[in-house]
Amino acid sequence: MYATIWHILPGPVWLRIIFVLVLLAGVLYALSTWVFPWVESIVNNQEATVGGP
Amino acid sequence: MTELGSITPAPAHRGRRKLRVRRRVTVVGVLGELLITGGVLVLLFLGWQLWWNDMILANSQTEAATEISQDWIEEDRAARGDDEPPPDPANYGDPVVAVAPAEDDPFAVLYVPRFPEGYHRTIAEGTSMDVLNSEVLGIGHYPGTQMPGEVGNFAVAAHRSAYGGGMNRINELQVGDAIYVQTADGYYTYRFRDLHYVQPSAVEVIAPVPNVSGVAPTDRIITLTSCNPLLSTAERIIAYGVFESWQPTAAGPPAELTPLIAAQAQS
Repeated sequence: MYATIWHILPGPVWLRIIFVLVLLAGVLYALSTWVFPWVESIVNNQEATVGGP
Repeated sequence: MTELGSITPAPAHRGRRKLRVRRRVTVVGVLGELLITGGVLVLLFLGWQLWWNDMILANSQTEAATEISQDWIEEDRAARGDDEPPPDPANYGDPVVAVAPAEDDPFAVLYVPRFPEGYHRTIAEGTSMDVLNSEVLGIGHYPGTQMPGEVGNFAVAAHRSAYGGGMNRINELQVGDAIYVQTADGYYTYRFRDLHYVQPSAVEVIAPVPNVSGVAPTDRIITLTSCNPLLSTAERIIAYGVFESWQPTAAGPPAELTPLIAAQAQS
């Protein structure tokens, strides 16, 4: 899967590495902006009150 | 690759084709990569929740607390005018007790010098996720428990880790440590007394007289609750403090808070 992505990327190795880094940055941004806050709202694994739900 | 090329002088395109064949996509291969990706995502989420988002929320909650504290000080200054001297330090009388605000409304700022330097967070009414997980609040006041300075129990809750970790260092409190609560009316000084470790169901710790029901309170207590152990929700850690003194906003902050509040005024 990842090998396929690597092959699809154009250009020499250094350019592909830059593409990969840009893709990774985009994925991390999307995760921390949308995905993780959404997951957090579902799995509430932090509780600080007494007598709470 | 260059070594391989030198041993077997085959055309370049043939070598490449061989590599492609070896990298053929298989179901097991893709499944394996997906599983590894899932594992990495879980670790990333934990890192995000416990460090990255925690740090962002801690900063924004602290900034919001600074703002609300400065607003109260400025409102007080504007209300009494600059020329009027502050009230007599010997005669503050009984602490002013405010009326509990509406759900989710901020009404106090907590200062604990034992916590990391410059620690101050906003206390809002209610202990829902809207308060505890908020970017600008962070500490929740148990509805129905007393207000700052009131006879009885002023009980608040905050996260131990993640969401700004308002009570992250609660276990490091030492007997006699100051716990300051600032409201629009003034500053309430409590002294830390003891820690308790209880079951999550132990609602009696926020009773007007903690752990005793049906008794009229005579002391002014502050109760901080958070989860315990760190990164777990198996138990609750409870910190009690006893009321020591009160001073109105016009009298200025307690000596220990003066540098911090002066720094806030400049920020």
